[in-house]
Amino acid sequence: MIKIRAKDVDVFYGKKQALFNISLDIEENQVTALIGPSGCGKSTFLRCLNRMNDVIDICSVKGEILINDFNINDKSCDVVRLREKIGMVFQKPNPFPKTLYENVSYGPTIHGMAQSKQEMDEIVETSLKKAALWEEVKDRLHEPGTGLSGGQQQRLCIARAISVRPEVILMDEPCSALDPIATAQIEELIDELKKEHTIIIVTHSMAQAARVSQNTGFFHLGQLIEHGSTDKIFKNPDNKKTQDYITGRFG
Amino acid sequence: MNLILFTFIVLLGFTSYYFGRRKAYTIQSTKKRLTALPQFYGYYLAIWCAIPAFIIFSLWAIFEPTIVKLLILSDYSNQGYLDDELNLLYEKSKALSRGQFTGEITPFIEASAEKYLSLRSIAQSSKVVIVLSAIIASVAYAYKRISSNSRTREPVEKFLNAVLFTASLAAILTTVGIVFSLIFQTIDFFKVIPLFDFVFGTHWYPAKAFVRDSSEALDPTMYSDTFGAVPIFAGTFFIAFIAMCVAIPIGLMSGIYLAEYASTKVRQYAKPLIEILAGIPTVVYGFFAALTVGPFLKELGTSMGLEVSAESALAAGGVMGIMIIPFISSLSDDVITSVPQSLRDGSYAMGATKSETIKRVIFPAALPGIVGSILLGVSRAIGETMIVVMASGLAANLTLNPLESTSTITAQIVVILIGDQAFGDPKTQAAFALGMSLFLVTLCLNIVALRVVKKYREKYE
Repeated sequence: MIKIRAKDVDVFYGKKQALFNISLDIEENQVTALIGPSGCGKSTFLRCLNRMNDVIDICSVKGEILINDFNINDKSCDVVRLREKIGMVFQKPNPFPKTLYENVSYGPTIHGMAQSKQEMDEIVETSLKKAALWEEVKDRLHEPGTGLSGGQQQRLCIARAISVRPEVILMDEPCSALDPIATAQIEELIDELKKEHTIIIVTHSMAQAARVSQNTGFFHLGQLIEHGSTDKIFKNPDNKKTQDYITGRFG
Repeated sequence: MNLILFTFIVLLGFTSYYFGRRKAYTIQSTKKRLTALPQFYGYYLAIWCAIPAFIIFSLWAIFEPTIVKLLILSDYSNQGYLDDELNLLYEKSKALSRGQFTGEITPFIEASAEKYLSLRSIAQSSKVVIVLSAIIASVAYAYKRISSNSRTREPVEKFLNAVLFTASLAAILTTVGIVFSLIFQTIDFFKVIPLFDFVFGTHWYPAKAFVRDSSEALDPTMYSDTFGAVPIFAGTFFIAFIAMCVAIPIGLMSGIYLAEYASTKVRQYAKPLIEILAGIPTVVYGFFAALTVGPFLKELGTSMGLEVSAESALAAGGVMGIMIIPFISSLSDDVITSVPQSLRDGSYAMGATKSETIKRVIFPAALPGIVGSILLGVSRAIGETMIVVMASGLAANLTLNPLESTSTITAQIVVILIGDQAFGDPKTQAAFALGMSLFLVTLCLNIVALRVVKKYREKYE
């Protein structure tokens, strides 16, 4: 089933066009990887999906992005509700300078999702469990989140993102600042999370894309060159550029 | 004469630099590898030129007057003069030699003046000779050393280290000196006025000490109930409190607006405009408070049936608050701007609005810096003098009514030290005691500020 449908999306930074005519369908409860060389626009596209580009003054987005058949670029779209439904995990772990508990309860608090302290405790616990962090931190929930290791911090950010039970999780190179062991943990987690969430991951590592994703889109110079099942893209791409990139001839 | 000599030494320094560097190039041309970049050889020679000159100059400045004086006064020894008379004689002959003497000229003094002049010229020319020969000797020695391509980088670095160390030592010693002079004068003050009366006395009326006839013996009982510092301490904190009530909310909110809400264009113009407030001299704020705000408040109060003094704590504190706004706004703007964008992104991505992000994420993260800026503002408020002197009167009333006039520590120091002062008088020493208390208060404030910042930093980073 199609969860997100992008139609002819153009993005401009001031006068410079960063994305050209992107049309891409994203399947529900699957992992979609966006690959491509640096500066090709894959992160920009990702940030279109929860309207994070609004934060950048000079950035403007054209075209339609339908999530559950609703155009999020429409004026009637409530960005707060949208971002509640579409969580995001960033390249560099960015826990708030607060305690672990406050980090995870942040989203539920601002969206008024818990009626009592007990309910909030439950949300925090389930989120941390889903992010495979509970066992490591359950005794120090009230210590600062910034005291964790890099991999733990990133899992904390994932717990924070899933605490509001989003339908989609956007991941912008979530493992690029982590060591191989932490990376493996996150990848395992992604596999688990796709049961309940639709996941879109931007990655520089083709091996990672091949390991975690079912679908892959290849971006180059602001254009979506090719997209399809990961198997097909990696084994038998239609486009020569894709093949060159996959085999490491440029990038 | 000294100026010419100095210029000449500077020229010599440049020449030695040039020679040192040329020497290095000569060594290089023989295909030998240098131990340092050529300019280090130049600096090395220039330092060897500067050090002996500096040492001799300072020794001369210290010892020349004493030696000349000794030589002149040796003529008068064993003639039964007192020390004071000898000093007077010396000063007279010095003045005569400069042609500034107006009194009766005795042959003795005239002879001494001539001797003084000749001694000075001997000293001067011997100084030139000694300095120049010392420089030439040391530069020649150093030049010989570098011709063997010895190390020059380390001595130059050491010299720089020593120069920088001396500079910071001078700053520290000056501070220590000031603090000690404060301490000694304060101790003298408390020998006459009991510490208890000063700290807990509620009546400050130093004018009573002005009327004392200085020929009378010092009578401590006379000062009882004169130097009770409670009213002026209360006034100081009260006015600072009023100022902070104005400065903190406005400064903080404008800081947040500039950092988070203002577009680049607005910020570009608004920030310098706000910072202009910080550049206005406090005297200008003072007469603004005294001539505009004070009378306005009085009229406003009278129309509402309140009794308002034309010189009220409210006027002084309010204007002082306006003066402090740019400090708090500019500093908190900087602190908020330096909170990493990734934290903002993280919060927005959770669906938080701008105000929620500021309240829950940015403000806590920026808090140490904001507290620091506020405490800096408090120090300014406590140390501010001019506005209070002009706008809040000089009578030290013990009151918590912002519509009456009060006085502050700084304003009282001004009152005490304006006009003629006699050292060793409790009235003058009171200023030192007040200065000392002010210093202690600000010191405590700074220590608290550092503690607070450190505590939050541990918690948040």
